[in-house]
Formats: sequence, C-alpha cells, structure tokens
Amino acid sequence: MTEPVLSVRDLRVWYGTDRGPVRAVDGVTFDVRPGETLGLVGESGCGKSTLGRGVLGLTPPAAAVDGEVVLRSPGGAGRNLVGLPAKEIQRLRGPELGLIFQEPMTRLNPLMRISQHFEEALRAHHKGLPKQEIKARALAALRGMGIPESRYGSYPHEFSGGMRQRIMIALALVLRPAFIVADEPTTALDVLVEAQIIKILADLRKNFDTSLVLITHNLGIVAEACDRVAVMYAGHIVEQGDAREVFANPQHPYTRELLRSTISLSTTGLHFIPGSPPDLVEPPQGCRFHPRCPVAMRGCATVEPPEVVLPTGVVSACWQQAIEADPALADELGPGGREPLAAVKEISVADEA
Amino acid sequence: MSNTSKQSGSLRRYVLTRIALAVPMVLILLILVFVMMRVAPGDPISASQGGKLNATELAARRHAAGFDAPLYQQFWDYLKSVVTLNFGTTFSDRRSVRDIIIENGGATLTLTAGALVFATVIGIPVGLLAGRYRDRPVDVIARLASTISYAAPVFVTAPLLTLAFGSTSGQASPLTQLNVPTQTHILILDAALDGDWGAVNDILQHLLLPSIALGLLIVGVFIRMIRINLIQSLQGDYIEAARARGVKERHVVARHGFRNALVPVITVLGLQVAMLLGGAVLTEKYFNWPGIGRQLIDYINQRDYVAVQGIVTVFALVVVVISLLIDFVNALIDPRVRY
Repeated sequence: MTEPVLSVRDLRVWYGTDRGPVRAVDGVTFDVRPGETLGLVGESGCGKSTLGRGVLGLTPPAAAVDGEVVLRSPGGAGRNLVGLPAKEIQRLRGPELGLIFQEPMTRLNPLMRISQHFEEALRAHHKGLPKQEIKARALAALRGMGIPESRYGSYPHEFSGGMRQRIMIALALVLRPAFIVADEPTTALDVLVEAQIIKILADLRKNFDTSLVLITHNLGIVAEACDRVAVMYAGHIVEQGDAREVFANPQHPYTRELLRSTISLSTTGLHFIPGSPPDLVEPPQGCRFHPRCPVAMRGCATVEPPEVVLPTGVVSACWQQAIEADPALADELGPGGREPLAAVKEISVADEA
Repeated sequence: MSNTSKQSGSLRRYVLTRIALAVPMVLILLILVFVMMRVAPGDPISASQGGKLNATELAARRHAAGFDAPLYQQFWDYLKSVVTLNFGTTFSDRRSVRDIIIENGGATLTLTAGALVFATVIGIPVGLLAGRYRDRPVDVIARLASTISYAAPVFVTAPLLTLAFGSTSGQASPLTQLNVPTQTHILILDAALDGDWGAVNDILQHLLLPSIALGLLIVGVFIRMIRINLIQSLQGDYIEAARARGVKERHVVARHGFRNALVPVITVLGLQVAMLLGGAVLTEKYFNWPGIGRQLIDYINQRDYVAVQGIVTVFALVVVVISLLIDFVNALIDPRVRY
C-alpha cells in the first residue's frame, strides 16, 4: 500500500471565546492516500470546515492548533505542518495544499481581472516565471474547466456562480497541488452545476492522482464521488471507512440516523435526529452523541467510547460495537452501565413541544 | 476588451450618463442658491442705505438696481450670468464676480489643496495602520485623535494652532508684500514660475498653519473611513482565498486589503471637498488668507445679492465638477461601476 499523502493525528483546533474554548475539532485522526477521495460529512457546526482549515494552517489567530498534520511530498520525508512558521506553510499553500471554498461568489477580488489572479498565484510560487509561460499555464487550467480563453481578461463580476467556482478550481489546480481540501464546493450552486463540479473533481483524481478531502453535508455526493468517508460529530470522527461499506452497513448510531434522514424518491415520511448538535464549549461527557442516541446506554453518558476497527476495516467509536468486538470492555462502563439510557425519550419529547 | 465591455456596460456610457445627470442637479442647485438669498430678510439697498434714505428713495434705488423686477425675471438674468460664466457684477463695489474668482480663487485653491494634502498624507497611513493593527495602541490613539479632530471646528483649532506654533510660522510679514509678477493668479505658482524660491518658501510657511487647521476638519473622517474599510476588506472572503493560494501576507494586505479599502474612501473624498470649501471660508477669515471665502463673508455682511449668489454658485459648481471627477476615478478603479 502506498504511503499516505497526508496523515492527521489527534488534531485539535480550539477557538478562544468569552465562555471558554470552543472545541471545534477535538482529537481527529485520518489518512489520505495518493489519488484517494475522502468524504467528510456531518451536520452544520460539527467542525468540518475548521478541520479543513486546520490542515492548511488557515485558522484565525485566536485559534489554538495541536496535534500532527504530516504532509509527504512524493519521495520526500514527512513534515509536520502544525507549529510550522507562517512563512513556510505559506510556501506550501498552493503548490502542495489546495483549498476550494464553499461560496465562489465572494472569493475572487472584484477589482482584479482573472488574469491578475493567475499571475499573482503563479508568481507567488514561481519567481521570475515569464509572462508567456504564466499565461499558457493559466489558459490551460481554465480550458480544463471549460472557461474560454477570451474571458481571461474579464473581471469576476462578469461570471456566473458556477463559472466562478470553476475559475477557483482552476486557480487551485494551476499550482498542481498533490492534496486539495474542497469545502462544500457545490453548496451554493444549482444541481446541474453541482454535477459538473463533482465530475471535474473526480477527473482530477483520475488524471493527476490528486488526493482530495471533500467536505460536504450531501451524502449523495459522498456515495458518488468518495472512496472513503469520515463521519464527524461534535468535533470527533465517529465512524470512518470505505464509502460503500459505511453506506451499506452503517455502524455508528449517528451514521445510521444521518442516513435515515436523507430524502429520496422512496421516502415516505421525514426522519430527523431529535435535539441539536451539542455546545462545543461544554460538550457532553462520555460519548458526545449520547443525548440524542436512540440506543444509548447508561455508561455512554460517562465514559468516552474507544475506537474499534471492525472486520470490514471500518473504524467506529461506539460502545455498542466495542462491546460486541470485545465483551471484556463492558466492565469499563461500570455496574449497570449497559442499561438503556431512559433520558433520551424525554429529550426528544421536550424538543418537539 | 470589447468582450468585457459588452457584458458590463461601457465606461464611455457611464461617463456620458453621469454628465447628463449632473445637468438637473446643477439646475436645482441654482434655484436653491437664488431662492436662499431672496428669502433672507433685507436686501443690499436697505443694508447699506437703510435709515439714511426715506422709503421712496429706497424704492427708487431698488428699482434702479432691478431688485423690484419679478422674480422670474431676476432668475433669468441670474441664469444668463451663470451660462456666460460672468456671474454678475457686485452691487457694493462694482466688481465682476468673475474677476473676484480669478483674483482670489487661486488663494482658496492653494489653501484647500494644502488641506487635502495634509489630510491625505496623515489620514491614509494612519488609517491603514489603525485598521491593520486593530485594537492595538496605535489604533486606539488614532481613533481618539480622529474623533477630536472631527469634532473640533475651525474656529477652535485655528486659534489653538496659532497659540502653539504662531510665532514660528512667519505671521509677521503679510503675503501682500511679495512682489511676484502675476501670471496664473495662483501666488505660489507665479512665484515658482518666476523662479523666486524665497517667495515660494515664504508662501509655504504662511500656508502651513491654515492648511493644517482646515485639513484637521476632514482628516478624522479619512482615518476612520480608511480604518473601517480596511478592517472589512481584510475579513473578505477573497483575502482568505488569496492566503489559501499561498500569496505572501505582505501582498495579501497591500494588494487585496489596502486597494479594496481605498475605493469607498474615494467616494467620500468628494463630499469632503464640499466640507473643505465651507471650512475654507472660516479659515480664510481667521488667518486673513486672501481667498474667495474671506470675500464671501464681507459680501454677506453687505447683503450683496449678486456677489454672494455668484460666489456660492461657483462653490456649488466646483463641488459638482469634483464629484463628477470622483465618479470617473471610481469607475476607472472599480470595473463594477458601469451602466
């Protein structure tokens, strides 16, 4: 098996607020291999975008980052990006790490022509690149995204949302990064454009062996475009593994509830998960999902569940599977820890009222 | 870039539309200036001769000066004088308003330019620093200073400045003693054209305090505008996107932050010029600066309709022309400003 391009180990990103630190990302571990697409899913506010920015060192100054983000260039040794001086990580952003944003409408400087955006990006990393070469590379990248050459000198406001997102992707690709984070790249776009963008991202991996972390809350996109999926809840990854396996056979109760909540043609009634994601300043003790979990046990409210590697290769962080895999673990929940947690019903009733 | 202009309207169309829109604006201005003078009580005759002549004689004088003609007749004459750029002849000392503008306009122009230079040279760097280092000491001091300078009127700052620096600014020698051949009616230019650098230096020394007094009126607005715009533009999505492409922080701040922050400031600049002209009247009076503003105060005291009307009209037209120019500059910088 090839070595991962990116290895994230126990990454934590905490924001300082008046009430105390917000634990937006709280001990996240995953790998991305060359040419692999990892889908990162979860509800709004579970830390997906913060995780993406944390990897690129783009967290605001008020945030504290801890853990390891190891980037391996092909054939080179790994380098931990956490704690790297600002100047050095700035040099990596672009040629090594790319980021595609959620809302393309505001991501281009309205006063700069598209050509100037490309010139700036290429000059930042290739000093002294001749103007002809810059133009040739930029036009090639734009052509790949279906933007005609004649629009090279246009201003951002002269393009539609879908075109702007394609320009943003071209801007990221022109520097040929080996690893790209795409943060909900299609959320602001209509379905047809969405399909187009997803196809572009899929081609990328085929043609350039680019690794991708695709952040989304659209499970359909994950099923279609991702090799592996990581499900995030309240700053934790609760389940990750092969995308097909996870969708066919979801293990963690949160993944199951999330999948049940998607709408399809066969949907007869809307399902939702009662309650809302927890406050990340004071997250619940034990398993963070226990207040909303339909199968929570008493012990879930006090002891954090271990990560268990299941025979399918899927990793899940839930006491149910942990005990199934190793019954001896049940002792950690203490006496009576396996009794069902009755409080759940009350919460959902109170929520509906 | 025919492709570009087709999609977003052309610059030429924008400029022509703006000019066309200025015409009704000027007309409304002229009506306002005309009416304002007439609704105020008193007229030039009663101001100069009231109490000295009896009612019939006053009426006769009024008739001779044309002040008893119907208002539309007077307005028509006024319009004619504006279109011919003559602006009428003053009632009190029989000078052509055009001559007043030519002879004294240079001094007012020099003063407002000096104030603008002061406000820009101080305002832009301080505003950018305050915005870049938000909530740090430099920002707190800049905010406090800008509020004070904005709140203090010219008649407060001018005496304070003279008290503090008056002795060193060469107030003792009046400018009128300078012997410089007249070419442009702008004293400092004339002196420079004559090669008389001693005179230029003298004028600059005289200009310093009035310029600062007038510039302080608008520098506060400059600082605050630039500061808040920089803070906003530095939080912009395209700033984060540029960082994500690995653009150097220095370039991110300069190219994406500063430049985008200055666009709204240019718009405000137009309004500030109007404020400067208003402030110039007081500044000229206080520093005895030989500009139009000082003349205006004298004519107001004499209720000289034609003179006040003429000078105010010129001020108003200058403001209209400057705001037009500002619009054009804006359109040149921001490609979205088109029709």
